[in-house]
Amino acid sequence: MTKTLLLMRRELTAMCRTPLAAVLGAVFVGLTGYFFYSDVVFFVLVGGANQTSGLWRFVFLDDRLVALLVLPLLTMRLFAEERKLGTLELLFTYPVRDGELLAGKFLAAVLIYLGLLVATVLGPVLLYTLHPFALTPLLAGYLGLFLLGVAFIACGLAASVVTENQVVAAVLTYGVVVFSWFATWNEAAIGERVAPVLLQLSLFDHFYGFAQGVIDSRDVVFLLGFTALFLFLAHRALGARAWRGLASP
Amino acid sequence: MIQAEQLTKRFGGATAIEDVSLDVQRGEVVGFLGPNGAGKTTTLRVLAGVFPPTAGRALIDGLDVVQQPLAARRRLGYAPERAALHLEMTVVELLGFTAGMKDVRGRRARREAVGRALEHTGLASMAPRRIGTLSKGYRQRVGVALALVADPPALLLDEPTAGLDPEQAADTRRLVRQLAARHAILVSSHALAEVETTCDRVVILHRGRVLADDRPATLGQRLRPASRVDVEAEAPPDALTATLGAVPNVRRVDLLAVTNGTTRCRVEIEPGHDVRPELATRITSKHWPLLVLAPVETSLEEAFLALIAATQAPNGPPPETAEAGRESGQAGRRGLGASEERSPRSGRAPHGPPDKK
Repeated sequence: MTKTLLLMRRELTAMCRTPLAAVLGAVFVGLTGYFFYSDVVFFVLVGGANQTSGLWRFVFLDDRLVALLVLPLLTMRLFAEERKLGTLELLFTYPVRDGELLAGKFLAAVLIYLGLLVATVLGPVLLYTLHPFALTPLLAGYLGLFLLGVAFIACGLAASVVTENQVVAAVLTYGVVVFSWFATWNEAAIGERVAPVLLQLSLFDHFYGFAQGVIDSRDVVFLLGFTALFLFLAHRALGARAWRGLASP
Repeated sequence: MIQAEQLTKRFGGATAIEDVSLDVQRGEVVGFLGPNGAGKTTTLRVLAGVFPPTAGRALIDGLDVVQQPLAARRRLGYAPERAALHLEMTVVELLGFTAGMKDVRGRRARREAVGRALEHTGLASMAPRRIGTLSKGYRQRVGVALALVADPPALLLDEPTAGLDPEQAADTRRLVRQLAARHAILVSSHALAEVETTCDRVVILHRGRVLADDRPATLGQRLRPASRVDVEAEAPPDALTATLGAVPNVRRVDLLAVTNGTTRCRVEIEPGHDVRPELATRITSKHWPLLVLAPVETSLEEAFLALIAATQAPNGPPPETAEAGRESGQAGRRGLGASEERSPRSGRAPHGPPDKK
């Protein structure tokens, strides 16, 4: 456990000292802020200002896109960079379990994401001071956004384990996440039999409830399951050196 | 302390090392020698637990690195050839982190461990610097410091002096000697002079196989291609070479230099015979003043070349490693040419020419 925390701290220090994290943070906060502003304006003009819960649907569906854009870039370096630098080889010679390595890096990325989410609360807080509203839909939306982001992070972590090229890791993450998101984009295209199954597996469909202010336990379980699946895959891939050997630097 | 038992590692169809066995005791420095591509790094990585062997066992302090990885790794410090460092961290931070990863518990214990490693490697003044701002020599030392930080009894150092200037390299060799008292050290190198001065024992690896495992001195003796004696006398060159060539058990006589009436030759003798008295008698009987009669020491480098030549001579390279062999052979010769050569008169001449023949 202490090693997980040590790894997490090292990872956070490393991220905070690279311009990438700062740029990603700025983009995340900037974009979500802009979306919030434009959604509020849209809502006031078109939707009427009585049912605030309707506003959150717009906001979270937009924020979700920002998370999709930013998180694969945040996770791409986690293992790929260490593999490229050769520090992963060194880590493998320390008395540390693969699980601890994964947990440390995963937690570091999740903490950063949590920090970014906290930064986006500014808009709703300002709105609340001007026009108080029911908090539950907002909290549900944030829970959904958090769980969705964590699922992205798990997927990005797994992609980062299998390559030493950060761009490859990011693109791989986009590929997997975007596919599992838009698999049900056009239900007519996938046929009647497959559609219900894919619908159950779509990230998009499992986020929609949260955005509307509804916390469905099935959605929570799905997003956590998605996370667990990719953490498991990452663990297997990290252990794959046992039979594959490391690429020599 | 560090044991390899018949290690074999294959990557796909390519065999990196085959049947490599070695044993390093505490208090011993063993040099791991071979041309580039011989399999030194692969062996060290298997011993360090980076990846498991295809066959055989790697043991650190009696613990199998595959069966009991965590316990074995606790007793191990590994410095890879290319110092792998987090450039955005400071020296102290990285050492502190590594100490923690190697089970040094508690803030104070960690600080002490870091302090010791800094002191050993002469990095104290660089402690607060970001690693990205350090020169290559210092980075290499940080790599060694990482291996030392939790004071593990077994150390695996992969070419710790590669890319260092001569002074830094000498510092590192001194450090290795100094550490030898309490550690078992396996240090790889392709520079023979370095191994000769630093190591108690030498394991020579070529194309993934152990060619020899012996003390540097006896290795030179055992593998001496032939005994040689340098002779210098005030005599006409042709007459001198003819006279010396007539002595029984002399294989050949090479003229080295002729200056101001003195002639210098190198006499090659069948191994196991000492013809020096006979050489002296023949020269003095002709009333030529004899100036020098000195046996030429076989350097480890020559022994190494002889060893490799011996393995290459019979059937050529084995088919599956032919490509790698050619590459490594060339790289090896380059490496050898750049290393020091022992010359008979001055003892040690840096960058001296190979033997004139």
